[in-house]
Amino acid sequence: MKALVAVKRVVDYNVKVRVKSDGSDVDIGNVKMSMNPFDEIAVEEAVRLKEAGKISEIVAVSLGEKKCEDTLRTALAMGADRAVHVETEVVLEPLTVAKLLKAVAEKEQPQLLLLGKQAIDDDANQTAQMLAALLNAPQATFASKVDLTADEVVAQREIDGGVEEVVLKLPAVISTDLRLNEPRFVKLPNLMQAKKKPLEKLTPQELAVDVTPRLQAQKYAEPAARSGGVKVADVSELVEKLKAVKAI
Amino acid sequence: MTTLVIAEHNNQALNPATLHAVSAAACLGEVHVLVAGKDAAAVVEQARQVVGVTKVLSVDAPHYVVGLAEELAPLAVSLAADYRYLAATATAAGKNLMPRIAALLDCSQISDLTAIVNENTFVRPIYAGNAFVTVSSNEPKLVLTFRATAFDAAAAQGGNAEVVTVNSAAEQGLSRMLRRELVQSDRPELTQARVVVSGGRALGSAEQFDTVLTPLADALGAAVGASRAAVDAEYAPNDAQVGQTGKVVAPELYIAVGISGAIQHTAGMQDSKVIVAINKDPDAPIFNIADYGLVGDLFEIVPQLTAALKN
Repeated sequence: MKALVAVKRVVDYNVKVRVKSDGSDVDIGNVKMSMNPFDEIAVEEAVRLKEAGKISEIVAVSLGEKKCEDTLRTALAMGADRAVHVETEVVLEPLTVAKLLKAVAEKEQPQLLLLGKQAIDDDANQTAQMLAALLNAPQATFASKVDLTADEVVAQREIDGGVEEVVLKLPAVISTDLRLNEPRFVKLPNLMQAKKKPLEKLTPQELAVDVTPRLQAQKYAEPAARSGGVKVADVSELVEKLKAVKAI
Repeated sequence: MTTLVIAEHNNQALNPATLHAVSAAACLGEVHVLVAGKDAAAVVEQARQVVGVTKVLSVDAPHYVVGLAEELAPLAVSLAADYRYLAATATAAGKNLMPRIAALLDCSQISDLTAIVNENTFVRPIYAGNAFVTVSSNEPKLVLTFRATAFDAAAAQGGNAEVVTVNSAAEQGLSRMLRRELVQSDRPELTQARVVVSGGRALGSAEQFDTVLTPLADALGAAVGASRAAVDAEYAPNDAQVGQTGKVVAPELYIAVGISGAIQHTAGMQDSKVIVAINKDPDAPIFNIADYGLVGDLFEIVPQLTAALKN
């Protein structure tokens, strides 16, 4: 059984992103870029399924500028078998990403499609659900446990106030939540080996997907700053202050 | 322009989260609410009374009983012709469902929006709340999810909407629910609570997280939240996570215990009315946004605070 994993190159989660002073964009020149952490969890899950003998091949896909190759190499080093890079300079919106992934999925015919639940740059939390819709496939978003058999997948999902378990027919789309697994650390020899694994290049034109943006970003702004208050000396002063502002 | 708000419910009661989507959608024009369920007449009745709702679309079919996105999305699409916007509150259920609808309609979704500028223009957080982007689209249809804390809840009673029964869409049968386990708790729900007590990695273990924070939460009638680090370390359940990739809360009082204050976390609680931080590191960034900071050992301070509140 083949698995397809989508990986996005994003600003590293340790970087505090700032807005340019003219509000025209966020300033991400020269900052560290990494694989989206939720996508790392998706790759890890695919690799574990392969190690368990339930998946035979893992195809990692990334969409965007040339440097997405680095992200794909990381996925290959983690254990993906080959990579597909749909290269474009256009900043892609979630619906466009879903259309491109659908086109790749139609070529590759995976039974399981694993994606992070959201990318930590645009925080949209849309792509997996959109991809599932376009493929007319079932979806398990925010998965914290995945159990794959030959013809279905049982997924535990994180929902408000608890968890639920759903059974999906294959092919199915899974979006990963934090606690699905802990991604492995990539070792240098694996990174070296990953350079020998195949990386196929495609363009949106070849996949016949129109990537023209539909959304216009008018401006960017920093969040309203909340000024720090006072330090209190002890618990009784704290209780006094809280009573004074009627917080308790 | 009219919005169809997809109601979140359990066939017995309307989830209060939906009230926030109603009040947000009311800023855009007329509001209709879709109640799709099985034997959900009580929910239809509640939705009918929400202030701001002019029409309730009621659909009854067995395949809507647990609210599977695979079943609800084609239904919403079958009703979409009359609407400029399809919308929901950005809860776990709303986040799961709405992009599926957007893709089937071939329209954009604007997620987790915090402000409405005009009929085509909206503000939403990006980069874990480090920035807010104003985006616009003149597409003929848009799917929207609203951040609950950014919009007041519509009044649950006082409205008198018309109820229309509509046809169900064909069953898809792509997925089915095996079980749903909701934690039974006497505590208020995290996003609805007046007071939230949150713990971080400094609590040290799941046991200490419980023994230190629970009595304080009990004394305040508070909901219990956690930082991502505490959830990662399995001190607290996933759905207790406050932050950009977890829940966004804005209670009257937020007490951060042993939480350093990473932007990921503060993005989820900085709209709280009063913030208290208890941390042994005087330079912890949480103190930059706290109204009242107390530097010291949480294992001493929290029990003292609990005792003081009980008196």
